[in-house]
Amino acid sequence: MPAGFTRDQIAAIAALAHLDLDAAEIDLFARQLGEILEYAEIVQQLDTTGVQPTSSVAGRHLTDRPDEVQPSIDREEALAAAPDAAVNAGFFRVPRVLG
Amino acid sequence: MSATIREVRDAVRSGARSATDVCADALARIEQANPTLNAFNTVVAERAMVRARAIDGDPHRWRGAALAGVPVALKDNLCTRGIRTTASSRMLEHYVPPYDATVVSRLEDAGAVIVGKTNCDEFAMGSSNENSAFGPVRNPWALDRIPGGTSGGSAAGVAAGLIPMALGSDTGGSIRQPAALCGVVGLKPTYGRVSRYGLIAHASSLDQIGPLARTVHDVAVTLGVLAGADSADATSAAEPVPDYTAALTGDVRDIRIGVPRALLEGIDGDVARATDAALDVLRSRGATLVNVDLPHARYATPVYYLVSTAEASSNLARYDGVRYGFRAKDEGPGTTDRGLRSMYARTRALGFGPEVKRRIMLGTYVLSAGYYDAYYLKAQQARTLILRDYDRAFEQVDVVPCGLGNGSRTLFRCT
Repeated sequence: MPAGFTRDQIAAIAALAHLDLDAAEIDLFARQLGEILEYAEIVQQLDTTGVQPTSSVAGRHLTDRPDEVQPSIDREEALAAAPDAAVNAGFFRVPRVLG
Repeated sequence: MSATIREVRDAVRSGARSATDVCADALARIEQANPTLNAFNTVVAERAMVRARAIDGDPHRWRGAALAGVPVALKDNLCTRGIRTTASSRMLEHYVPPYDATVVSRLEDAGAVIVGKTNCDEFAMGSSNENSAFGPVRNPWALDRIPGGTSGGSAAGVAAGLIPMALGSDTGGSIRQPAALCGVVGLKPTYGRVSRYGLIAHASSLDQIGPLARTVHDVAVTLGVLAGADSADATSAAEPVPDYTAALTGDVRDIRIGVPRALLEGIDGDVARATDAALDVLRSRGATLVNVDLPHARYATPVYYLVSTAEASSNLARYDGVRYGFRAKDEGPGTTDRGLRSMYARTRALGFGPEVKRRIMLGTYVLSAGYYDAYYLKAQQARTLILRDYDRAFEQVDVVPCGLGNGSRTLFRCT
Protein backbone atom coordinates (compact mmCIF):
# COMPACT_ATOMS: atom_id res chain seq x y z
CA MET A 1 0.00 0.00 0.00
CA PRO A 2 1.41 3.41 -0.90
CA ALA A 3 2.68 5.54 1.99
CA GLY A 4 2.00 8.64 -0.04
CA PHE A 5 0.69 9.67 -3.44
CA THR A 6 2.56 11.20 -6.33
CA ARG A 7 1.13 14.14 -8.25
CA ASP A 8 0.59 11.85 -11.23
CA GLN A 9 -1.44 9.44 -9.13
CA ILE A 10 -3.61 12.27 -7.79
CA ALA A 11 -4.07 13.63 -11.30
CA ALA A 12 -5.16 10.16 -12.48
CA ILE A 13 -7.72 9.85 -9.68
CA ALA A 14 -8.99 13.36 -10.40
CA ALA A 15 -9.45 12.43 -14.05
CA LEU A 16 -11.52 9.39 -13.03
CA ALA A 17 -13.62 11.63 -10.77
CA HIS A 18 -14.03 14.34 -13.44
CA LEU A 19 -12.56 16.93 -11.10
CA ASP A 20 -10.30 19.79 -12.21
CA LEU A 21 -7.73 20.35 -9.49
CA ASP A 22 -5.23 23.18 -9.28
CA ALA A 23 -1.60 22.60 -8.27
CA ALA A 24 -2.22 23.44 -4.60
CA GLU A 25 -5.14 21.00 -4.41
CA ILE A 26 -3.07 18.24 -6.02
CA ASP A 27 -0.38 18.66 -3.37
CA LEU A 28 -2.94 18.91 -0.56
CA PHE A 29 -4.81 15.78 -1.60
CA ALA A 30 -1.58 13.86 -2.17
CA ARG A 31 -0.74 14.48 1.46
CA GLN A 32 -4.25 14.05 2.90
CA LEU A 33 -5.15 10.87 1.03
CA GLY A 34 -1.84 9.42 2.17
CA GLU A 35 -2.61 10.29 5.79
CA ILE A 36 -6.12 8.87 5.71
CA LEU A 37 -5.03 5.63 4.08
CA GLU A 38 -2.21 5.27 6.60
CA TYR A 39 -4.82 5.59 9.36
CA ALA A 40 -7.06 3.06 7.61
CA GLU A 41 -4.15 0.63 7.31
CA ILE A 42 -5.32 -1.27 10.43
CA VAL A 43 -8.26 -2.58 8.38
CA GLN A 44 -5.79 -4.16 5.96
CA GLN A 45 -4.28 -6.08 8.89
CA LEU A 46 -7.53 -7.76 9.93
CA ASP A 47 -7.83 -11.46 9.23
CA THR A 48 -10.92 -11.66 7.02
CA THR A 49 -10.37 -15.15 5.62
CA GLY A 50 -13.72 -16.64 4.69
CA VAL A 51 -15.67 -13.57 5.82
CA GLN A 52 -18.49 -12.47 3.54
CA PRO A 53 -18.53 -8.75 2.72
CA THR A 54 -21.55 -6.75 3.95
CA SER A 55 -22.74 -4.41 1.24
CA SER A 56 -26.18 -3.81 2.69
CA VAL A 57 -27.76 -4.08 6.11
CA ALA A 58 -31.31 -3.92 4.76
CA GLY A 59 -33.26 -6.69 6.43
CA ARG A 60 -36.65 -7.84 5.22
CA HIS A 61 -37.37 -5.25 2.54
CA LEU A 62 -39.38 -4.68 -0.60
CA THR A 63 -37.76 -6.47 -3.47
CA ASP A 64 -40.16 -6.11 -6.34
CA ARG A 65 -43.55 -4.79 -7.37
CA PRO A 66 -46.11 -5.75 -10.01
CA ASP A 67 -44.95 -4.98 -13.55
CA GLU A 68 -47.40 -2.13 -14.03
CA VAL A 69 -46.72 1.27 -15.55
CA GLN A 70 -46.60 3.95 -12.84
CA PRO A 71 -46.75 7.71 -13.40
CA SER A 72 -43.49 9.61 -13.97
CA ILE A 73 -42.47 13.21 -13.48
CA ASP A 74 -43.80 15.38 -16.28
CA ARG A 75 -41.06 15.98 -18.86
CA GLU A 76 -41.30 19.77 -18.78
CA GLU A 77 -40.93 19.72 -15.00
CA ALA A 78 -37.94 17.45 -15.29
CA LEU A 79 -36.30 19.82 -17.79
CA ALA A 80 -37.16 22.92 -15.78
CA ALA A 81 -34.15 22.67 -13.49
CA ALA A 82 -31.67 22.07 -16.31
CA PRO A 83 -28.89 24.60 -17.00
CA ASP A 84 -29.61 24.27 -20.73
CA ALA A 85 -32.73 22.48 -21.80
CA ALA A 86 -34.12 22.04 -25.32
CA VAL A 87 -37.67 22.00 -23.98
CA ASN A 88 -39.54 21.49 -27.26
CA ALA A 89 -37.28 18.65 -28.35
CA GLY A 90 -37.33 17.19 -24.83
CA PHE A 91 -33.55 17.02 -24.35
CA PHE A 92 -30.84 18.30 -22.05
CA ARG A 93 -28.35 20.28 -24.15
CA VAL A 94 -24.61 19.76 -23.47
CA PRO A 95 -21.28 20.77 -25.00
CA ARG A 96 -20.08 18.54 -27.82
CA VAL A 97 -19.13 14.99 -26.99
CA LEU A 98 -17.01 14.18 -30.01
CA GLY A 99 -14.30 16.12 -31.77
CA MET B 1 -41.54 29.90 24.91
CA SER B 2 -40.24 26.59 23.63
CA ALA B 3 -43.14 24.20 23.32
CA THR B 4 -42.92 20.51 22.54
CA ILE B 5 -44.76 18.73 19.72
CA ARG B 6 -47.19 17.35 22.27
CA GLU B 7 -47.95 20.80 23.71
CA VAL B 8 -48.44 22.44 20.32
CA ARG B 9 -50.55 19.62 18.91
CA ASP B 10 -52.75 19.45 22.02
CA ALA B 11 -53.25 23.23 21.99
CA VAL B 12 -54.20 23.24 18.31
CA ARG B 13 -56.48 20.22 18.69
CA SER B 14 -58.32 21.70 21.65
CA GLY B 15 -58.62 25.07 19.99
CA ALA B 16 -56.58 26.78 22.73
CA ARG B 17 -54.22 28.07 20.03
CA SER B 18 -54.60 28.37 16.30
CA ALA B 19 -52.08 26.82 13.92
CA THR B 20 -51.75 30.29 12.40
CA ASP B 21 -50.68 31.78 15.75
CA VAL B 22 -48.19 28.99 16.41
CA CYS B 23 -46.73 29.40 12.92
CA ALA B 24 -46.47 33.17 13.16
CA ASP B 25 -44.66 32.81 16.50
CA ALA B 26 -42.19 30.32 15.07
CA LEU B 27 -41.50 32.52 12.04
CA ALA B 28 -40.94 35.54 14.29
CA ARG B 29 -38.47 33.62 16.46
CA ILE B 30 -36.64 32.40 13.37
CA GLU B 31 -36.44 35.88 11.91
CA GLN B 32 -34.99 37.17 15.16
CA ALA B 33 -32.50 34.37 15.80
CA ASN B 34 -31.35 33.31 12.36
CA PRO B 35 -29.00 36.22 11.59
CA THR B 36 -26.98 35.05 14.61
CA LEU B 37 -27.37 31.28 14.41
CA ASN B 38 -27.48 30.87 10.60
CA ALA B 39 -29.51 27.71 11.22
CA PHE B 40 -31.76 28.20 8.18
CA ASN B 41 -30.78 28.34 4.50
CA THR B 42 -34.36 29.02 3.41
CA VAL B 43 -37.47 30.15 5.27
CA VAL B 44 -40.85 29.74 3.54
CA ALA B 45 -42.97 32.13 5.60
CA GLU B 46 -45.82 32.63 3.13
CA ARG B 47 -46.17 28.98 2.27
CA ALA B 48 -46.15 28.08 5.97
CA MET B 49 -48.86 30.62 6.83
CA VAL B 50 -51.05 29.42 3.94
CA ARG B 51 -50.68 25.90 5.22
CA ALA B 52 -51.39 26.90 8.84
CA ARG B 53 -54.53 28.75 7.76
CA ALA B 54 -55.66 25.68 5.82
CA ILE B 55 -55.28 23.58 8.96
CA ASP B 56 -57.27 26.10 11.01
CA GLY B 57 -59.92 26.17 8.27
CA ASP B 58 -60.64 22.44 8.48
CA PRO B 59 -60.40 21.41 12.14
CA HIS B 60 -62.41 18.23 11.62
CA ARG B 61 -59.94 16.87 9.08
CA TRP B 62 -56.84 17.65 11.16
CA ARG B 63 -58.14 16.95 14.67
CA GLY B 64 -56.68 13.46 14.85
CA ALA B 65 -53.44 14.28 13.01
CA ALA B 66 -50.29 13.36 14.89
CA LEU B 67 -48.53 16.66 14.14
CA ALA B 68 -51.51 19.00 13.68
CA GLY B 69 -50.24 22.57 13.36
CA VAL B 70 -46.71 21.74 14.51
CA PRO B 71 -44.07 23.94 12.82
CA VAL B 72 -41.14 21.83 11.60
CA ALA B 73 -37.90 22.35 9.73
CA LEU B 74 -36.14 20.07 7.28
CA LYS B 75 -32.43 19.59 6.73
CA ASP B 76 -31.56 21.10 3.37
CA ASN B 77 -30.64 17.73 1.86
CA LEU B 78 -34.31 16.68 1.83
CA CYS B 79 -36.10 17.39 -1.45
CA THR B 80 -39.09 19.68 -1.17
CA ARG B 81 -41.16 20.33 -4.26
CA GLY B 82 -41.09 23.98 -5.21
CA ILE B 83 -38.76 24.88 -2.32
CA ARG B 84 -35.08 25.46 -2.96
CA THR B 85 -32.97 22.49 -1.80
CA THR B 86 -29.25 23.13 -1.73
CA ALA B 87 -27.53 20.44 0.38
CA SER B 88 -25.62 23.57 1.52
CA SER B 89 -23.60 23.42 -1.69
CA ARG B 90 -22.89 25.85 -4.52
CA MET B 91 -23.63 22.92 -6.80
CA LEU B 92 -27.33 23.10 -5.86
CA GLU B 93 -27.54 26.73 -4.77
CA HIS B 94 -30.53 27.44 -7.03
CA TYR B 95 -31.96 23.94 -7.34
CA VAL B 96 -35.71 23.56 -6.89
CA PRO B 97 -36.80 19.90 -6.80
CA PRO B 98 -39.84 18.77 -8.77
CA TYR B 99 -40.85 16.33 -6.05
CA ASP B 100 -41.16 15.89 -2.28
CA ALA B 101 -39.17 13.38 -0.29
CA THR B 102 -41.42 10.68 1.16
CA VAL B 103 -40.74 11.92 4.70
CA VAL B 104 -41.92 15.39 3.65
CA SER B 105 -45.23 14.02 2.34
CA ARG B 106 -45.70 11.97 5.49
CA LEU B 107 -45.07 14.98 7.75
CA GLU B 108 -47.54 17.11 5.80
CA ASP B 109 -50.14 14.32 5.77
CA ALA B 110 -49.81 14.34 9.57
CA GLY B 111 -50.56 18.07 9.75
CA ALA B 112 -47.03 19.47 10.13
CA VAL B 113 -46.29 23.01 8.93
CA ILE B 114 -42.94 23.24 7.14
CA VAL B 115 -41.28 26.57 7.91
CA GLY B 116 -37.91 26.15 6.21
CA LYS B 117 -34.76 24.26 5.27
CA THR B 118 -31.90 24.04 7.69
CA ASN B 119 -28.20 24.62 7.12
CA CYS B 120 -25.89 21.62 7.19
CA ASP B 121 -22.41 20.53 6.16
CA GLU B 122 -22.19 20.37 2.37
CA PHE B 123 -23.75 17.14 1.04
CA ALA B 124 -23.86 15.94 4.67
CA MET B 125 -20.06 15.60 4.83
CA GLY B 126 -18.42 16.83 7.98
CA SER B 127 -19.02 16.97 11.72
CA SER B 128 -19.14 20.62 12.70
CA ASN B 129 -21.39 22.46 10.23
CA GLU B 130 -18.32 24.44 9.17
CA ASN B 131 -18.38 22.92 5.68
CA SER B 132 -21.49 24.69 4.45
CA ALA B 133 -21.23 26.91 1.38
CA PHE B 134 -23.56 29.30 3.22
CA GLY B 135 -21.57 29.86 6.40
CA PRO B 136 -21.27 28.00 9.68
CA VAL B 137 -24.08 27.42 12.15
CA ARG B 138 -23.58 28.66 15.73
CA ASN B 139 -24.40 26.65 18.83
CA PRO B 140 -27.24 28.49 20.62
CA TRP B 141 -25.75 27.59 24.01
CA ALA B 142 -22.48 29.38 23.23
CA LEU B 143 -22.15 31.30 19.98
CA ASP B 144 -18.41 30.70 19.66
CA ARG B 145 -18.94 26.94 19.60
CA ILE B 146 -19.97 24.52 16.90
CA PRO B 147 -23.41 22.91 17.01
CA GLY B 148 -21.95 19.74 15.55
CA GLY B 149 -22.80 18.31 12.15
CA THR B 150 -23.85 17.55 9.69
CA SER B 151 -27.39 18.30 10.91
CA GLY B 152 -26.14 21.42 12.72
CA GLY B 153 -28.92 23.74 11.58
CA SER B 154 -31.64 21.32 12.67
CA ALA B 155 -30.01 20.77 16.07
CA ALA B 156 -29.46 24.48 16.65
CA GLY B 157 -33.00 25.33 15.57
CA VAL B 158 -34.54 22.88 18.02
CA ALA B 159 -32.13 23.80 20.84
CA ALA B 160 -32.93 27.50 20.39
CA GLY B 161 -36.65 26.79 20.61
CA LEU B 162 -37.32 28.00 17.05
CA ILE B 163 -39.26 24.84 16.16
CA PRO B 164 -40.18 21.79 18.26
CA MET B 165 -38.82 19.34 15.70
CA ALA B 166 -36.48 19.30 12.74
CA LEU B 167 -35.47 16.45 10.48
CA GLY B 168 -31.84 15.61 10.01
CA SER B 169 -29.93 12.82 8.32
CA ASP B 170 -27.31 10.49 9.78
CA THR B 171 -24.63 8.57 7.91
CA GLY B 172 -21.83 8.41 10.50
CA GLY B 173 -23.38 10.25 13.42
CA SER B 174 -24.80 13.36 11.77
CA ILE B 175 -28.04 13.41 13.79
CA ARG B 176 -26.72 11.98 17.03
CA GLN B 177 -23.60 14.08 17.37
CA PRO B 178 -25.17 17.55 16.80
CA ALA B 179 -28.10 16.52 19.02
CA ALA B 180 -25.61 15.75 21.79
CA LEU B 181 -23.64 18.96 21.25
CA CYS B 182 -26.83 21.05 21.33
CA GLY B 183 -28.45 19.21 24.21
CA VAL B 184 -31.47 17.88 22.31
CA VAL B 185 -32.75 14.40 21.47
CA GLY B 186 -31.71 12.97 18.09
CA LEU B 187 -32.53 9.58 16.65
CA LYS B 188 -30.92 7.68 13.82
CA PRO B 189 -33.47 4.99 12.99
CA THR B 190 -32.41 1.46 12.13
CA TYR B 191 -31.38 1.34 8.48
CA GLY B 192 -34.48 0.78 6.36
CA ARG B 193 -36.95 2.01 9.00
CA VAL B 194 -37.48 5.34 7.21
CA SER B 195 -37.65 5.79 3.44
CA ARG B 196 -34.66 7.53 1.86
CA TYR B 197 -36.63 8.59 -1.22
CA GLY B 198 -35.90 12.27 -1.75
CA LEU B 199 -32.87 12.35 0.55
CA ILE B 200 -29.89 13.71 -1.36
CA ALA B 201 -27.68 10.65 -1.10
CA HIS B 202 -24.33 10.59 0.67
CA ALA B 203 -23.65 6.89 1.38
CA SER B 204 -26.55 4.71 0.37
CA SER B 205 -25.87 1.77 2.70
CA LEU B 206 -25.52 4.08 5.73
CA ASP B 207 -27.84 7.11 5.26
CA GLN B 208 -30.97 7.43 7.38
CA ILE B 209 -33.34 10.32 7.98
CA GLY B 210 -34.42 10.98 11.57
CA PRO B 211 -35.96 13.50 13.95
CA LEU B 212 -34.35 15.95 16.38
CA ALA B 213 -36.61 17.30 19.11
CA ARG B 214 -36.57 18.42 22.75
CA THR B 215 -38.09 15.27 24.26
CA VAL B 216 -37.93 11.53 23.65
CA HIS B 217 -41.72 11.51 23.41
CA ASP B 218 -41.63 14.02 20.54
CA VAL B 219 -39.03 11.90 18.74
CA ALA B 220 -41.23 8.81 19.22
CA VAL B 221 -44.28 10.58 17.79
CA THR B 222 -42.30 11.77 14.78
CA LEU B 223 -40.75 8.37 14.11
CA GLY B 224 -44.25 6.91 14.07
CA VAL B 225 -45.16 9.37 11.31
CA LEU B 226 -42.02 8.79 9.24
CA ALA B 227 -41.55 5.04 9.55
CA GLY B 228 -42.82 2.33 7.27
CA ALA B 229 -42.26 0.67 3.92
CA ASP B 230 -42.16 2.86 0.82
CA SER B 231 -42.40 1.46 -2.71
CA ALA B 232 -40.18 4.34 -3.86
CA ASP B 233 -37.28 3.06 -1.70
CA ALA B 234 -36.42 -0.59 -2.26
CA THR B 235 -34.23 -0.62 0.86
CA SER B 236 -37.08 0.43 3.13
CA ALA B 237 -38.07 -2.27 5.59
CA ALA B 238 -41.24 -4.30 5.28
CA GLU B 239 -41.41 -4.52 9.10
CA PRO B 240 -44.64 -3.27 10.68
CA VAL B 241 -44.50 0.05 12.56
CA PRO B 242 -45.31 -0.25 16.29
CA ASP B 243 -46.65 2.55 18.51
CA TYR B 244 -43.33 3.95 19.67
CA THR B 245 -44.90 6.13 22.37
CA ALA B 246 -46.39 3.03 24.03
CA ALA B 247 -42.86 1.88 24.87
CA LEU B 248 -42.15 5.03 26.91
CA THR B 249 -43.19 3.61 30.28
CA GLY B 250 -40.10 4.70 32.18
CA ASP B 251 -39.78 1.18 33.58
CA VAL B 252 -36.28 -0.20 32.99
CA ARG B 253 -36.40 -3.23 35.26
CA ASP B 254 -36.46 -5.72 32.38
CA ILE B 255 -33.73 -3.98 30.41
CA ARG B 256 -30.28 -5.52 30.13
CA ILE B 257 -27.60 -2.95 29.30
CA GLY B 258 -24.38 -4.13 27.69
CA VAL B 259 -21.58 -1.77 28.71
CA PRO B 260 -18.70 -1.85 26.21
CA ARG B 261 -15.93 -1.14 28.71
CA ALA B 262 -13.07 -1.32 26.22
CA LEU B 263 -14.83 1.10 23.88
CA LEU B 264 -15.38 3.64 26.63
CA GLU B 265 -11.73 3.66 27.68
CA GLY B 266 -10.50 6.34 25.30
CA ILE B 267 -13.35 8.74 25.97
CA ASP B 268 -12.83 12.25 27.35
CA GLY B 269 -13.02 12.48 31.20
CA ASP B 270 -16.20 14.59 31.44
CA VAL B 271 -18.04 12.43 28.91
CA ALA B 272 -16.91 9.24 30.69
CA ARG B 273 -18.15 10.61 34.01
CA ALA B 274 -21.49 11.62 32.50
CA THR B 275 -21.87 8.19 30.92
CA ASP B 276 -21.13 6.45 34.22
CA ALA B 277 -23.58 8.72 36.04
CA ALA B 278 -26.33 7.90 33.54
CA LEU B 279 -25.63 4.18 33.88
CA ASP B 280 -25.82 4.52 37.68
CA VAL B 281 -29.29 6.06 37.38
CA LEU B 282 -30.45 3.18 35.20
CA ARG B 283 -28.93 0.62 37.54
CA SER B 284 -30.60 2.22 40.56
CA ARG B 285 -33.94 1.94 38.76
CA GLY B 286 -33.54 -1.77 38.26
CA ALA B 287 -31.76 -2.20 34.92
CA THR B 288 -29.15 -4.92 34.75
CA LEU B 289 -25.65 -3.89 33.67
CA VAL B 290 -23.46 -6.46 31.93
CA ASN B 291 -20.02 -6.03 30.40
CA VAL B 292 -19.86 -6.78 26.68
CA ASP B 293 -16.91 -7.07 24.41
CA LEU B 294 -16.91 -5.48 20.96
CA PRO B 295 -13.41 -6.39 19.78
CA HIS B 296 -13.84 -4.97 16.26
CA ALA B 297 -15.42 -1.66 17.25
CA ARG B 298 -12.11 0.17 16.84
CA TYR B 299 -12.19 -0.62 13.13
CA ALA B 300 -15.48 1.21 12.69
CA THR B 301 -14.06 4.65 11.93
CA PRO B 302 -11.50 3.55 9.33
CA VAL B 303 -14.09 1.23 7.76
CA TYR B 304 -16.44 4.20 7.62
CA TYR B 305 -13.82 6.31 5.83
CA LEU B 306 -13.42 3.62 3.17
CA VAL B 307 -17.05 2.58 2.71
CA SER B 308 -18.77 5.96 2.97
CA THR B 309 -16.34 7.77 0.68
CA ALA B 310 -16.57 5.01 -1.92
CA GLU B 311 -20.35 5.25 -1.91
CA ALA B 312 -20.25 9.05 -1.86
CA SER B 313 -17.94 9.20 -4.89
CA SER B 314 -20.46 7.12 -6.76
CA ASN B 315 -23.49 9.09 -5.56
CA LEU B 316 -21.98 12.48 -6.32
CA ALA B 317 -21.09 11.51 -9.89
CA ARG B 318 -24.56 12.74 -10.86
CA TYR B 319 -23.57 16.37 -10.23
CA ASP B 320 -22.18 17.10 -13.65
CA GLY B 321 -23.97 20.23 -14.83
CA VAL B 322 -26.27 18.35 -17.22
CA ARG B 323 -29.71 17.81 -15.72
CA TYR B 324 -29.86 20.18 -12.75
CA GLY B 325 -27.72 22.37 -10.55
CA PHE B 326 -24.71 24.45 -11.36
CA ARG B 327 -22.91 24.35 -14.72
CA ALA B 328 -19.56 26.11 -15.20
CA LYS B 329 -19.67 28.69 -17.95
CA ASP B 330 -17.99 27.98 -21.23
CA GLU B 331 -14.57 29.60 -21.07
CA GLY B 332 -15.05 30.92 -24.57
CA PRO B 333 -13.19 30.67 -27.86
CA GLY B 334 -9.45 30.31 -27.54
CA THR B 335 -9.62 27.69 -24.76
CA THR B 336 -8.40 24.36 -25.98
CA ASP B 337 -11.05 22.06 -24.53
CA ARG B 338 -14.66 23.16 -24.55
CA GLY B 339 -16.19 19.72 -24.76
CA LEU B 340 -18.40 17.75 -22.42
CA ARG B 341 -15.68 16.28 -20.23
CA SER B 342 -14.11 19.66 -19.69
CA MET B 343 -17.50 21.00 -18.65
CA TYR B 344 -17.90 18.16 -16.13
CA ALA B 345 -14.49 18.78 -14.58
CA ARG B 346 -14.85 22.56 -14.33
CA THR B 347 -18.41 22.33 -13.01
CA ARG B 348 -17.40 19.94 -10.27
CA ALA B 349 -14.27 21.93 -9.43
CA LEU B 350 -16.32 25.09 -8.90
CA GLY B 351 -19.47 23.53 -7.48
CA PHE B 352 -17.98 21.38 -4.71
CA GLY B 353 -16.23 22.51 -1.54
CA PRO B 354 -12.92 21.05 -0.30
CA GLU B 355 -14.33 18.43 2.08
CA VAL B 356 -16.60 17.05 -0.63
CA LYS B 357 -13.74 16.94 -3.13
CA ARG B 358 -11.51 15.17 -0.63
CA ARG B 359 -14.09 12.44 -0.02
CA ILE B 360 -14.78 12.01 -3.73
CA MET B 361 -11.04 11.64 -4.35
CA LEU B 362 -10.60 9.07 -1.60
CA GLY B 363 -13.69 7.14 -2.61
CA THR B 364 -12.69 7.11 -6.27
CA TYR B 365 -9.28 5.72 -5.36
CA VAL B 366 -10.76 3.07 -3.04
CA LEU B 367 -13.02 1.82 -5.84
CA SER B 368 -10.51 2.08 -8.65
CA ALA B 369 -9.24 -0.93 -10.59
CA GLY B 370 -6.45 -2.67 -8.72
CA TYR B 371 -7.43 -1.23 -5.35
CA TYR B 372 -11.07 -2.30 -4.98
CA ASP B 373 -10.22 -5.63 -3.31
CA ALA B 374 -7.60 -4.20 -1.00
CA TYR B 375 -9.72 -1.32 0.28
CA TYR B 376 -13.45 -1.44 -0.42
CA LEU B 377 -13.96 -5.20 -0.33
CA LYS B 378 -11.73 -5.56 2.73
CA ALA B 379 -13.67 -2.80 4.50
CA GLN B 380 -16.97 -4.56 3.75
CA GLN B 381 -15.54 -7.73 5.24
CA ALA B 382 -14.44 -5.84 8.35
CA ARG B 383 -17.98 -4.46 8.47
CA THR B 384 -19.28 -8.03 8.77
CA LEU B 385 -16.98 -8.65 11.74
CA ILE B 386 -18.18 -5.46 13.44
CA LEU B 387 -21.79 -6.53 12.88
CA ARG B 388 -21.16 -9.98 14.31
CA ASP B 389 -19.83 -8.43 17.55
CA TYR B 390 -23.14 -6.60 17.97
CA ASP B 391 -25.21 -9.67 17.04
CA ARG B 392 -23.38 -11.61 19.74
CA ALA B 393 -23.85 -8.80 22.28
CA PHE B 394 -27.58 -8.56 21.53
CA GLU B 395 -27.99 -12.21 22.39
CA GLN B 396 -27.30 -11.20 26.00
CA VAL B 397 -28.39 -7.56 26.22
CA ASP B 398 -31.05 -5.20 24.86
CA VAL B 399 -29.01 -2.04 24.46
CA VAL B 400 -25.37 -0.97 24.17
CA PRO B 401 -24.81 2.61 25.38
CA CYS B 402 -21.98 4.81 24.31
CA GLY B 403 -20.78 8.20 25.46
CA LEU B 404 -20.48 10.60 22.56
CA GLY B 405 -18.09 13.35 21.82
CA ASN B 406 -14.75 14.63 22.75
CA GLY B 407 -14.64 17.84 24.79
CA SER B 408 -12.05 19.59 22.67
CA ARG B 409 -14.23 19.32 19.59
CA THR B 410 -16.76 21.86 20.75
CA LEU B 411 -14.55 24.84 19.97
CA PHE B 412 -14.38 26.59 16.65
CA ARG B 413 -11.22 26.23 14.68
CA CYS B 414 -9.71 29.60 13.78
CA THR B 415 -11.18 30.82 10.50
